[in-house]
Amino acid sequence: MGNAQVSTPFFTEDHNAFRAVLRDFVQKEITPHAHEWDEAGEFPRELYKKAGALELFGDGFSAEYGGHGQRDALMRMVIMEELSRSGSGGVVAGMLSNYIGLPMVEKYGTDAIKAQVLPPCMAGEHIAALAITEPGGGSDVARLTTKAVRDGDHYVVNGSKTFITSGMRADWFTTAVRTGGDGPSGISMLVIPGDVDGLSRTKLDKMGWLASDTATLYFDDARVPVGNLLGEENAGFNYIVNNFNPERIDLATQSVTFARVCYEEALAWARERHTFGKRLADHQVIRHKLVEMDRRINACTAWLELLSWRLNQGDDPVVEISEAKVDATLTFEFCAREAAQILGGASYLRGSVVERLYREVRVQAIGGGSEEIMRDLASRQLGF
Amino acid sequence: MKVAVCVKQIPDPADPGALDPETRTLKRDVKLILDESDSYGVEMALQLVDAAGGGEVVLVSMAPNNERSGLSTALAMGAASATLVSDPALVGTDALTTAKILGKIISDQEPDLVIAGSESSDGYTGTVPEQIAGVLGWPSVTAAKAVAIDGSAMKVERQTDAGYDEVECSLPAVISVTAGVVEPRYPSFKGIMAAKSKPVVQMTVADLGMTAAEVGWAGSGQEVVDVTVAPVREAGEKIEDDGEAHLKIIEFLESVKAI
Ligand SMILES: Cc1cc2nc3c(=O)[nH]c(=O)nc-3n(C[C@H](O)[C@H](O)[C@H](O)COP(=O)(O)OP(=O)(O)OC[C@H]3O[C@@H](n4cnc5c(N)ncnc54)[C@H](O)[C@@H]3O)c2cc1C
Ligand SMILES: Cc1cc2nc3c(=O)[nH]c(=O)nc-3n(C[C@H](O)[C@H](O)[C@H](O)COP(=O)(O)OP(=O)(O)OC[C@H]3O[C@@H](n4cnc5c(N)ncnc54)[C@H](O)[C@@H]3O)c2cc1C
Repeated sequence: MGNAQVSTPFFTEDHNAFRAVLRDFVQKEITPHAHEWDEAGEFPRELYKKAGALELFGDGFSAEYGGHGQRDALMRMVIMEELSRSGSGGVVAGMLSNYIGLPMVEKYGTDAIKAQVLPPCMAGEHIAALAITEPGGGSDVARLTTKAVRDGDHYVVNGSKTFITSGMRADWFTTAVRTGGDGPSGISMLVIPGDVDGLSRTKLDKMGWLASDTATLYFDDARVPVGNLLGEENAGFNYIVNNFNPERIDLATQSVTFARVCYEEALAWARERHTFGKRLADHQVIRHKLVEMDRRINACTAWLELLSWRLNQGDDPVVEISEAKVDATLTFEFCAREAAQILGGASYLRGSVVERLYREVRVQAIGGGSEEIMRDLASRQLGF
Repeated sequence: MKVAVCVKQIPDPADPGALDPETRTLKRDVKLILDESDSYGVEMALQLVDAAGGGEVVLVSMAPNNERSGLSTALAMGAASATLVSDPALVGTDALTTAKILGKIISDQEPDLVIAGSESSDGYTGTVPEQIAGVLGWPSVTAAKAVAIDGSAMKVERQTDAGYDEVECSLPAVISVTAGVVEPRYPSFKGIMAAKSKPVVQMTVADLGMTAAEVGWAGSGQEVVDVTVAPVREAGEKIEDDGEAHLKIIEFLESVKAI
């Protein structure tokens, strides 16, 4: 961003034009309200419609259902960066639950289910969510226990999902259920309508992402039409695994952008604030902190741009995406910490951007594949 | 229905350029963007064409260096095409000559209605729309806040200090709109993609059938003779509250006739 726009070979005029629109949109429609929405514990549903009107949800979706008609990992990077410049992980997560809930619908759904789910979600009239994690665990997806039993034209779903982003408001849940035996080969993906009988939801009180309505879902004999099955029965594990890659690079881009926001907040403060007769920015200790932040952010951003470009070439850099997610969340953690130190007491005040982002570090490092799981995945793929 | 919108492309106000000490006008060699004042006109035009059940919005602009990024924004919002006049001979063109040039393009386009901003964000003379109407001999309605078209007649609500006037006039006509009358849409992804293949016709002074002597510094009846830097805002007066501060505030407000 900033100077990245002129110093990168990857972004075209199209990317820059959409970036300019998103920057304007975020500055006017999100940033000024970020604190208020955090305190309220949610942001207005209307925001989905405004974002839908400018086609923010469309990357990777067919034009006939209202998508962009193309998958462009660099365009996605632009979307993630610009939304994340709002400095509100809660708004970003809530808005983008579509991007984790819908790709499997696009890829594996029947024409009928696609026509039902995608157009309203693309337009921002409906919200989609991804429901994989269970109270029993999130990292070990192969052991999930929510059951779906075939009964005529329906699956009868029983069990519980937790930590589900947009869980309170979603109209559609792309849900991992057990339809077969134990282990990864007994898992299927079902699109469950939010208004199905037998579904109840409770909101979770959290450390961060306050503007996002994270929930626990309970399914009690919820009857879901068999037409809502995505792809093949018992083939869901691989769908989930493939869905994780884009989610992880998205989370990495968000994290490094949040790091950038921390850096910019700290830099502005260091230029203004005086201690011991000079600007904070004139103390060598502080200058070095700032350079260290900028250095890590630039390196990580460059890596993510390259990985996005490689995705566009048809490459599937699983190892590096896992590593880059770790790098991005560590960069974010470091920058949130250093920005807080530079702001001093001001960083501890509710409503300050750095205070919010500081509380949002952990979820970026845990959700969608924790640091430990990312390292484990990379090490197995590298075949030591 | 065909609506022509005048859009000025200006230096980004977030990153304002400097004044040229010799000509005392704004340096325009930076990248220009769509003047936000004109995004309202574009939006209103798109809404009017929608309400009419069909037609098109065309853009007209005069700008240095063949600049078209501001036009791209308006095309991405939904305008169909644009005409851009750009020519080194235009440097120094004043508001009246601008109106003559825009008027020529507009009369070739034969629109039912012309929309311009009440005043641009940089030059700010607030005279071009009325001068275009004068050049074309068409009715002019300023400060339009709501417009309804009925065949070849138009009803306009005109913002005034006290409220609004309801005025009617025949078409074609020129209206000017002020900021905030409509909420300009954000260009969409597909709008941006589509804008790339929309026609932007470029014209020079010669293409308009004019000569260099009629435009630029040579053709200007107006010259900026001096510019003065706006005074920096002075520090305010501090009143310590000794329990009586409210009285001093009331006194002050009365002295400036605020209450
Ligand atoms: C705010 C928020 C929003 C979320 N949104 C969603 C959502 O929309 N949809 C969804 O499905 N899930 C969501 N999640 C869940 C998230 O993906 C999980 O929290 C994550 O996958 C980790 O699972 P867990 O919390 O059950 O931790 P566990 O799996 O119980 O792991 C606990 C700890 O042990 C570590 N660990 C686990 N296994 C190993 C191992 N083999 N080696 C070393 N260390 C290990 C982990 O790294 C972690 O630190 C969300 C979580 C949060 C906090
Ligand atoms: C090479 C070149 C150099 C120029 N240099 C200068 C300069 O140094 N300083 C300067 O102020 N202007 C400059 N102009 C622009 C031009 O001369 C002004 O457009 C003109 O003076 C109008 O004045 P205004 O901005 O006060 O218009 P206003 O009357 O305040 O504008 C009202 C509305 O009229 C329309 N309008 C005005 N100008 C244009 C335009 N150019 N194209 C399309 N619609 C328009 C818009 O809808 C605008 O909202 C230059 C133009 C060219 C081509």
